[in-house]
Amino acid sequence: MSRETLVNLTMLAGLVLVPLWALWADEPFTITLATRAVILALAAAGLNIALGIGGLVSLGHAVFFGIGGYAMGVLAYHAQTYTPLMEAPVLIEGTKSMPVIWLVALVASALAAFVIGLLSLRTSGVYFIMITLAFGQMLFFFTISWARYGGEDGISIYLRNGFPGLNTLVPIQFYALCLTLLVLTLALTAALMRSPFGLALNAARQVPERVRAVGLDPFRLRLAAFTLSGAITGLAGALFADLNRFVSPSMFSWQLSGEFIVFIIIGGTARLFGPVVGAVLFVALEHWLGGISAYWHIWFGLLLLGIVLFGKGGVIGMIAGRARTHD
Amino acid sequence: MTALLELRDLTARYGASQALFGVRLELSAGEVVALMGRNGMGKSTTVKCICRMLPAQGGLRFDGHDLHALPSHRVARLGIGLVPEGRRCFSDLSVSENLSAATRPGPWTEDSVGQLFPRLAERRGQVARSLSGGEQQMLAIGRALMTNPRLLILDEATEGLAPLVRQEIWDAIARLKRETGLAILIIDKSLKELRQVADRAVILERGRSVWTGPVEAITPELAQHHLGV
Repeated sequence: MSRETLVNLTMLAGLVLVPLWALWADEPFTITLATRAVILALAAAGLNIALGIGGLVSLGHAVFFGIGGYAMGVLAYHAQTYTPLMEAPVLIEGTKSMPVIWLVALVASALAAFVIGLLSLRTSGVYFIMITLAFGQMLFFFTISWARYGGEDGISIYLRNGFPGLNTLVPIQFYALCLTLLVLTLALTAALMRSPFGLALNAARQVPERVRAVGLDPFRLRLAAFTLSGAITGLAGALFADLNRFVSPSMFSWQLSGEFIVFIIIGGTARLFGPVVGAVLFVALEHWLGGISAYWHIWFGLLLLGIVLFGKGGVIGMIAGRARTHD
Repeated sequence: MTALLELRDLTARYGASQALFGVRLELSAGEVVALMGRNGMGKSTTVKCICRMLPAQGGLRFDGHDLHALPSHRVARLGIGLVPEGRRCFSDLSVSENLSAATRPGPWTEDSVGQLFPRLAERRGQVARSLSGGEQQMLAIGRALMTNPRLLILDEATEGLAPLVRQEIWDAIARLKRETGLAILIIDKSLKELRQVADRAVILERGRSVWTGPVEAITPELAQHHLGV
């Protein structure tokens, strides 16, 4: 067993045991913190497919997080106010069902990622970063002016949405749902990394012209990866909105997109558990350092600086050694 | 015999500078053709045009398809496998992953590539960047074969390699010709080895094809005049 696998299993064990300990010790807030970390890890795990494997530095991934959030917010708002979402030409009502909301969030964010990818993936480097940032800002300002759904104030949802057979208001049950989705996503990512598609995507990051010479189109590979990546981040957005029972334009902010990138860099770019380690560290430091000083971002910035300068493989790289790629 | 690849008066430019002034070349299924000439005469440029990495004018057909209308990845899908100058493997991927990334349906598999190059079979899990130059070249050939091409283009496949490794690669090319009947277009300067594997040769000079004929018809005078050897 490699050291990285050991680190990954330890991390996974921690994600199972810490909330169980919190349940035993009657510390629901710790479970909520862990839920937040897992959801942010899911969002960053989505980005890791585009950034880690495909080398696509997207500064607009919060768009998909926000779309997922608003998919939940809009559907739940119409369900709780008993107003239809649309009456003509077909009647569409709101819903409080998590599986339906997840499906809508996945499809909506995948569609958005496909369209944004179709336009932005024709560029590369700093131009790609700028275009994804521009899309993020467009959606951010659109939701601010979207008066029907609260504009700048966002939408509040009174009760967490339901999942068949579970009481999602019980923190540990909602946490178990989120963790299951994260584990499924990580399993999908691991399979993707080993698949011909993942290998070709990795190759397209290294030498695009050689990928064309073997009959593959780097643009299509990247578009597929970007769409899948956006869909997963959108799902995380729906969960995040359900956790807070609130959605607002801040879910589209470019700072959030930057934080997703930071999670990946801290944990280890293209490492399977890189986004998980990054998100967990972020949430933990946000909680503990935030309790000490309002300027905790300064200390977090120093940590990021140290990792970028002295540990290019991120925290996982420092523990498990260098990976074949990126480090 | 109908030509698998057909170039008629092919011209190409790098910006304002014209590189090809009229290349004519025909290659039939199962045939091995050597594209020869001194440095800078347009051999690699011709390959770039065939693979649609450089726009060109003139006749350019493969198996009846007009290649001008296709992007480079579609040309590869038609059945043209390129082993580029300078190898350029996917350095972060292992030998096995390099081969898997390129795989397309057909008789060539990781195992059959391993039989052609036993050294690669021994290093399946090794990262490409840690291979020797010769092994990287074998990997580049293996990767092109994994696309299951009908035409294999080898651009300076033995350049800069140790004599023993060069011989291994020439032996593999001879085996490909003998056992698979694959059409091969070889760009190389080694006249002695080309005489053993090539059926015909096309010599380029200043972007034009100036001589075409059986490779054994290349006389020392012709070689001295056009190839400088």
